Amino acid sequence: MSAAPRPPEAERFPSPAEVAGGQPAAAPPVVDIRGVWTCFGGTVVHQDLDLVVRRGELLGLVGSSGSGKTTLLREVVGLLRPSRGEVRLFGLPILDADPDARREVRRRFGVLFQHGALFSALPVFDNIAFPLRELKRLDEAMIRDLVLMKMAMVELGPEMAGLMPAELSGGMVKRVALARALALEPELLVLDEPTAGLDPDRSENFVKLIRTLQRELDFTVIMVTHDLATLAGLASRVAALSDGRVVANGTLEEVMAVDHPFTRSFFASLRQPALCGSRR
Amino acid sequence: MLPPAAIACEVREGRQCVRLSGHWTLAALPPSLAALEARLCELAATPVDWDLSGVARLDSAGALLLWRAWGRRWPEVVAVPEAHCLVLMRAESVPPPLPPVAGRRPPLLVAGRAALIVGSHLRDLVALAGQLLLDLVWLFANPRQLPLREFSATLYKSGARALPVTALVGFLIGVVVSYLSSLQLKLFGAEVFIVNILGMSIIRELGPVLVAVLVAGRSGSAMTAQIGVMRVTEEIDALATMGVSRSLRLVLPKVAALALAMPLLVVWCSAAGIVGGLVAANLQLDLSWGFFIETLPRVVPLPNLWIGLAKGLVFGLLIGLVACHFGLRVKPNTESLSTMTTSSVVSSITIVILADAVFAILTRNVGLPL
Repeated sequence: MSAAPRPPEAERFPSPAEVAGGQPAAAPPVVDIRGVWTCFGGTVVHQDLDLVVRRGELLGLVGSSGSGKTTLLREVVGLLRPSRGEVRLFGLPILDADPDARREVRRRFGVLFQHGALFSALPVFDNIAFPLRELKRLDEAMIRDLVLMKMAMVELGPEMAGLMPAELSGGMVKRVALARALALEPELLVLDEPTAGLDPDRSENFVKLIRTLQRELDFTVIMVTHDLATLAGLASRVAALSDGRVVANGTLEEVMAVDHPFTRSFFASLRQPALCGSRR
Repeated sequence: MLPPAAIACEVREGRQCVRLSGHWTLAALPPSLAALEARLCELAATPVDWDLSGVARLDSAGALLLWRAWGRRWPEVVAVPEAHCLVLMRAESVPPPLPPVAGRRPPLLVAGRAALIVGSHLRDLVALAGQLLLDLVWLFANPRQLPLREFSATLYKSGARALPVTALVGFLIGVVVSYLSSLQLKLFGAEVFIVNILGMSIIRELGPVLVAVLVAGRSGSAMTAQIGVMRVTEEIDALATMGVSRSLRLVLPKVAALALAMPLLVVWCSAAGIVGGLVAANLQLDLSWGFFIETLPRVVPLPNLWIGLAKGLVFGLLIGLVACHFGLRVKPNTESLSTMTTSSVVSSITIVILADAVFAILTRNVGLPL
């Protein structure tokens, strides 16, 4: 009889993925856009576009209006199928044929729409609780605590819970939408013009809030923005879209240094003071 | 593969210690949280030390699970890595649930509230009608401001485009009434009275009411939804800032166009109904076409047509008013839009039938053949 000391047996609580049969262990890029072509009728929006976002990055997409930034974002979240090419999230095709696999991928990212896209018929509480209820794994008491916690995260007090979206200010709508996007603790947060329609002060606060939460929850961000302050405050990497391709990709300084008609005009306002300074 | 949540119990320096490890996140936690929560509660029931240093990730769901198991307070001895402190502190700051407030309201309060709502609807309706009247007076002084484009657009949409469906429905109802009546009349050998029955019922009653129901469903709902969406998207506010009166530009043309289109539709629908009845009577009773056409004006005096036209006018006004009234009451959310559109159609049809009853009483001595 062997009497070798054994470490105490740990009780394991297998996760849904493990129960379902597991998945590959390697960590693929969070967003992997490969050779995407998008055509609407005769116009070509994206030509053979490649873009990769790795874990922990905060990628800012910039581009002139009509350059297909929002279209690209819609393709990333699976609202639109590219004409050619493929978008993979977490190494999985977002438009998988299997609805269960598709749902699984969709639970791993959250989207903050430009105008919030809150459900106008539901109060703030139910808006945030919606994705949690859809999981069908949590009881109401747990959902209540989780919602209040998310609301505290985005600096909304519990007294806001009963308000309807129509009663909220623009900044609060964004906060509630952010809380809803973060309800399932996503690994990827997709932001469409996160600070559009906010005054500079609120916009700065909102950027700070996203930054703090990103550090705390460690999610990846891909966002479209026109606002240079948001870009400078949030993005760890910038990709510039023009003529259907990524014409510049790197840190803000690197992208600003790229000599391309679009980057020249887009960052003109940022360069101006520098130019003035050098002249003096 | 994420290492799943795991619990290990061990004895360290003579004290019971619960060591947690793995990923305590919503995605990695087991599908049914109840078993895990029960196990944690069971462990927390006795004084033990907690060691969270093996936990790779702790999200808000995991933190709440622990916090609830701990009875919403920190255990006496707990080792938490710094990375997980913040999320546990967030869980700490969630206020404990309040006991549910006793629900049921007393019936008197419910009834009173309902009465107040009805009252506010009536008040708004009267105010809207009054505003339209004032607008009309103002238009006499400023005829250049007449919203003719909107008027003709509504006339076309609610009038001209409703012609096929009103004709079809009128024709079919005429056939049905004629067929059913002729079966009864045959029993008494009173076949010729089919003309009286058809003429009176269709021209005086069925034509106006049928058209009213169709128009309320077709155009009334569309008007409510249109004005409602304009409220939701702040288009009405935009109009107001441009100095355009919403009652003058939105409500008046709609109500006026319906008031004009409805009598015309009533004539059209009644005609289709008479033709339908004629066809059925000809097939069922062998009544000749000529006899029918000749007898009709004799047994249905002219005042009946005027009553039908007057009903059309009044019903059109009512449907337009009610539809716009409910449209203007839409609150900026989708639920309210659907509720108001439903209420608009239901109320217009109810009000039309009420008005029809009033007409029947007021005109009980008018237009009957002697």
